[in-house]
Parts: sequence; structure tokens; C-alpha cells
Amino acid sequence: MYPSEFSYKRPKTLAEALSLIASDDGAVFMSGGMTLLPAMKHRLQEPSMLIDLRGIADLHGISVEGGVLTIGAATPHAEVASSDVVKSAIPALAALAGSIADPQVRNMGTIGGSIANNDPSADYPSAALGLGATIVTNARSIPADDFFTGMFSTALEPGEIVVKVAFPIPASAGYAKFRSQASRYAMAGSFVAKTGSGVRVAITGSGNDGVYRWSEAEAALTAALTETALDGITASPDDMMEDMHGDAAYRAALVTRMTRLAVANQGAAHIV
Amino acid sequence: MTTVTLTVNGQEVSRDIEDRTLLAQFLRDTLRLTGTHVGCDTTQCGACTVLLNGKPVKSCTVLAVSLDGAKVTTIEGLAANGQLHPMQERFRERHALQCGFCTPGMVMAAVGVVERNNGNVTEELVREQLEGNICRCTGYAGIVEAVMDVAEMYRDGKVSQNVPV
Repeated sequence: MYPSEFSYKRPKTLAEALSLIASDDGAVFMSGGMTLLPAMKHRLQEPSMLIDLRGIADLHGISVEGGVLTIGAATPHAEVASSDVVKSAIPALAALAGSIADPQVRNMGTIGGSIANNDPSADYPSAALGLGATIVTNARSIPADDFFTGMFSTALEPGEIVVKVAFPIPASAGYAKFRSQASRYAMAGSFVAKTGSGVRVAITGSGNDGVYRWSEAEAALTAALTETALDGITASPDDMMEDMHGDAAYRAALVTRMTRLAVANQGAAHIV
Repeated sequence: MTTVTLTVNGQEVSRDIEDRTLLAQFLRDTLRLTGTHVGCDTTQCGACTVLLNGKPVKSCTVLAVSLDGAKVTTIEGLAANGQLHPMQERFRERHALQCGFCTPGMVMAAVGVVERNNGNVTEELVREQLEGNICRCTGYAGIVEAVMDVAEMYRDGKVSQNVPV
């Protein structure tokens, strides 16, 4: 399958990328291309210009400073998964990155692309929201709580570029995910982090509006970060996705179970 | 049209291509390296796996135009001096293929598994890291055995450079 015709650009600076996107109404940004290229092959998207962001140096690099782990937007999942810096700062985040799709896709797909796409079943949005990350763009810094605005939608303005994601390093964090046996995307994923402002629980794969925080579980786990703290608490099937893989009640049960597993697996990712 | 210059199996090649040309098509149609197979064409089955700068990727979902200066290794580039690569040899020995359609991609992904882990693998890890490659004939048993064999050779220093670039 061929995508429709387009012209390919690989700017070396943010300024060049911004001037390119302003020059063509049909231009789109691309990073790893693991979502965009398949969509283009199916002609679901037919951009006239493809602006590859991976040549911009500002979008690369992993560092820790002042209790914050910063990852460049164009960093592939495999690099995050194998980074000693990430593994030592937030081991659950490295493990989450290592659980995305398969090794070949992890060598291409990037954190910035995943977050900007905000697929309701993607892994990274749950880590960004669960850790209370800040998404840094060419124009501003956006708290994760304001960034994810619904399925496949974000607070990004047209032409705005995710430059890096800054994760405050938590006391501890864990991730658990139940995958679709066919697509390997999360049917329910729960990211549980003990942060300076209490425990945060972010759920992916299940919500009708994409990634969301489960406040009832947060309150219980802030009191005590133990599985028993969740006894008697179950996710509501209201606003859960329903599809051929499972109905709302099934997904709610998975969310409850994955959250318990994320609590029991702090410092790791538990993949079912 | 854009001119792209990259190294494929150790040889520098330069071609004028449409910007939309996928790496799999560039290899098969432009360079006539038809060992790389296209199965699902949707980034799932892994038959089109090649090494990009030493790392396995699915060539049906990579733009050739984005690879200026890159190094690509295909199944045709694995054998050296008339000798099969140890992974190819062990695939043959372990009956790790039947129809053979998935084999080029499976071998390239398998080489990646051994490299990435410096040969330190378990059966569980091999199965997990071959998740991006689908085989509908063998049931995977022979494939996993072949990878375990090569990993052992790698640990013992019998495979000095697993990936020729």
C-alpha cells in the first residue's frame, strides 16, 4: 500500500519546523510514524507535506535535574526502556516503555508522538498523567492534567510541537496492563504513583474520553498505598469503552484488577 | 522526487525516489532485494523486518526518504563469504521454518534479540521479544530453539560479530 503523494521535509531546528507548518495548510508533523504512516497507507490521512521532527536536536536527550526526569519528544520507546537514567529515576516508566507494542515498533515510535496522538489505549498518556508530568512545547509548559482533553485530542494548538516531557520523580510508581490478545494495545492499564501531592492513579485503555484519573482509588491509596486499601472499591462501568473485545462491566473489572496489580508492583510494570 | 543515499548490506546506494516510497518497496522494487517480504503491510506480522543502523524495524512502515546516511542490513546481507550466518544455519538445523514466508523477517528480528541482550536470554524472553513476528506454520518451537542456540554461541564468543553492517 502506498500513501498518497506528499513532500517530505526534515528540519534541523524548531524555527524551521514552525515556518514549514505555516507554509502549507495540509502539512503535518511526524515523529516515529508508527501511527501516522499506517493511517496514511490506508488513506485515512493524506497530508500534502510531512515534517519529520526527528532531526531537531532540541527534541532529543534524557536527563535528571532537581528531582525531575526530562525526556526529549523524539526519543524512541526502546531508548527510554533501556536508559540507565530512566531505570534508576522511575523504573516503572522504563518498564512501561519496554511493554509498548513489539521491539521493532519500539525502535521507531517516540514518546512525543504517543503523547501528542493521545490514543485512548496508548501507554504513555497514563504515565504522564499518573506522574503529573509537564509537557513542554515550543510555546509553553502544559500540566498533564490539562493536556489530555479526550480521545485522540490534546491541548496542543495547530502547529504546536511537543519538545520534551518532564516527569517529577515520585517516591514510587508502578504500572499494570491487560492487553488485547490481538492488537496488544491496553484494554486496561493503570499507572499508580506516590507523588508529593498524594497518590495519583491514571487509567488508559478503558475510558470513553481516553486517559483519566480514578479519584476514588487515589483517595484510598493516599491513605495507604496497599492493595487492602482498595478492598471494596471497584471502578464504575459508566463512561467505559465498549467494543468487540469487551463490554463496560468487563473493562471496569479490569481497571479495578490492574490498579491492584499496579499497587502490588511498585517499581515495575506487570503485563498481563 | 528526492535523492536518498544510504548503505545497504555494506554498499552505498543512491537513488531518486518518490518521497512516499516505503523502505520495503525501496528494497524490493528499486534495489530488487526481494528477500525482504511484505506480509500484512500493516506493521504487525514482522515479515518485512530489516536492521536499521543495527536495530530491527518493520520496513513496511519506514519512509526510505528519511534514511539519508543510514545503514540497512537485509536478509541478503547476513551470509558472508559463502557461509550462512549462524542464525540462518541454526534455523535450518532446528527446522525453524516450513513455508518460509516469515523467515527473512524472523531471522532479522532474531539477530536483534541476541544482539540486544548480548546473548543473555531465556526462552521466555526470546518468545516475548519475537512478539512482533508472526509464523503460521511452525508453532515457534524450532524458532525459539534456534535463537537459544545462537545466543549460547554468542555468550561463548563463537559469534564474534553477529550483525554485519
